Amino acid sequence: MSTTPMIEMSGVTKAFGAKQVLRGVDLSIPRGKSLVIIGGSGTGKSVTLKCILGLLKPDAGSIKVDGVEVTKLSARQRKKTLSMFGMLFQGAALFDSLPVWKNVAFGLIQGRGMKQTDAKEIALEKLRRVGLTPDVGDLSPSELSGGMQKRVGLARAIASEPDIIFFDEPTTGLDPIMADVINDLIVECVQDLGATTLSITHDMASARKIADRIAMIYEGRIIWEGDKDTIDISGNDYVDQFIHGRAHGPIEMQILKP
Amino acid sequence: MSNPLAIIGRVFLNSLAEIGRLSQFAAVAVIHIVRPPIYWRLALQQMWLIGYNSLPVVGLTALFTGAALAQQIFVGGSRFNAESVVPGVVVIAIVRELGPVLGGLMVAGRVSSAMAAELGTMRVTEQIDALTTLSTDPINYLVVPRLLAAVVTLPLLVLVANIIGVLGGFVIGTERLGLNAGSYLQVTIEFLENADVVSSMVKAAVFGFFIALMGSYHGYNSRGGAQGVGKATTNAVVSAFILILLANLIITVIVFGDQA
Repeated sequence: MSTTPMIEMSGVTKAFGAKQVLRGVDLSIPRGKSLVIIGGSGTGKSVTLKCILGLLKPDAGSIKVDGVEVTKLSARQRKKTLSMFGMLFQGAALFDSLPVWKNVAFGLIQGRGMKQTDAKEIALEKLRRVGLTPDVGDLSPSELSGGMQKRVGLARAIASEPDIIFFDEPTTGLDPIMADVINDLIVECVQDLGATTLSITHDMASARKIADRIAMIYEGRIIWEGDKDTIDISGNDYVDQFIHGRAHGPIEMQILKP
Repeated sequence: MSNPLAIIGRVFLNSLAEIGRLSQFAAVAVIHIVRPPIYWRLALQQMWLIGYNSLPVVGLTALFTGAALAQQIFVGGSRFNAESVVPGVVVIAIVRELGPVLGGLMVAGRVSSAMAAELGTMRVTEQIDALTTLSTDPINYLVVPRLLAAVVTLPLLVLVANIIGVLGGFVIGTERLGLNAGSYLQVTIEFLENADVVSSMVKAAVFGFFIALMGSYHGYNSRGGAQGVGKATTNAVVSAFILILLANLIITVIVFGDQA
């Protein structure tokens, strides 16, 4: 197996007007491993993820996917790179105008040109994989509960059996039991596929369950990274405050400073 | 307090930047029309939504406008004993100006707003980002079908609107104003020239392009949740209205400016 990291970021910066969101992000995710980025709202988690996907163009720095620099790709090359990815969005981002099975099969039909009948078969299989019965396939996304929408989003993310899967706040808005169900499904699906995953969350229960390694982002920089088992003994005050959800600590100091 | 000159300058620069962004979006969209894949099924769906569903509102607008126009021209013409000009003026006014302009404005009100709301919602719920991650170009999938559908459908709608508008004038002229039906139709046909019909269709196609462009541009670039979508919808309709009226003036001057 190649030792080239599946995703490698170095010195990535991104600003929106005067607001500097990323201030030099360095990350490396080995092939087949699961990295979870934790951090508060507005610290640059989603922007990091969107920069890797090419939805946002970084101002500086390097992003390599499977050893290929992706910040300067043409549209055609980017499309090829994107075919390696699956993504579960925070709000699932299901297409309202399509029934559930077409949402799941979308990447297969539009991205890979698969026949509808074949794609539907795979879509129904993926729906079964995430615990949904085939009759759900004919429903509209608006008829589903939040938890079911997340499951459909997960089925869509794994439908094309991608090498890399991104999870954007996979348990946000779910009750604790449904959140745990989604976490279990993520772990099982990722193990089935042997995929490399990058997740962003501020749900520590989710992070502990789905991660091999955890990184914490703060003010646009990765301030700590380590195995998930070491997060409780990180020795980093910012990490300690975040994982214990304390109102007072260095993060508050930063917020309150003039 | 801000310097008034600075405010004017800022507004001017922001306007230029917006025109630049819109022009870039339009250029990208047009380039994508000739860059496969073209989603014909989606284009046909849009043609149905834009064309068939707009028929009642466009038809009624044309019918009432044609009828009111005939009444007004009759009243005005009777002051000079020129009641016989009613069919000729009605057909020219409807085909050259009122059919395409009123049809375009009515469709803009219906369609630009709907497009902006739909694409705006897709933007704020990350559905457009999801398209990209599923190896599907959102411009090809969302914008090109709408542009193609509007450019093809508007001329057909305006053609129907022109016929219904003339019919509205005919009904009022013959049933209320006492004009002879046979001579009304004969004068209508004599007055109508090929250039009138061609300019009407060209205007409609251009208006269709602007309607879809404004709906797509404002929806695609909307930001900030429900409020952002609402703002995009309003901006789409207002900008489509302005561009339709401006384009109408330019085309009218180009096509008919040399006629005495």
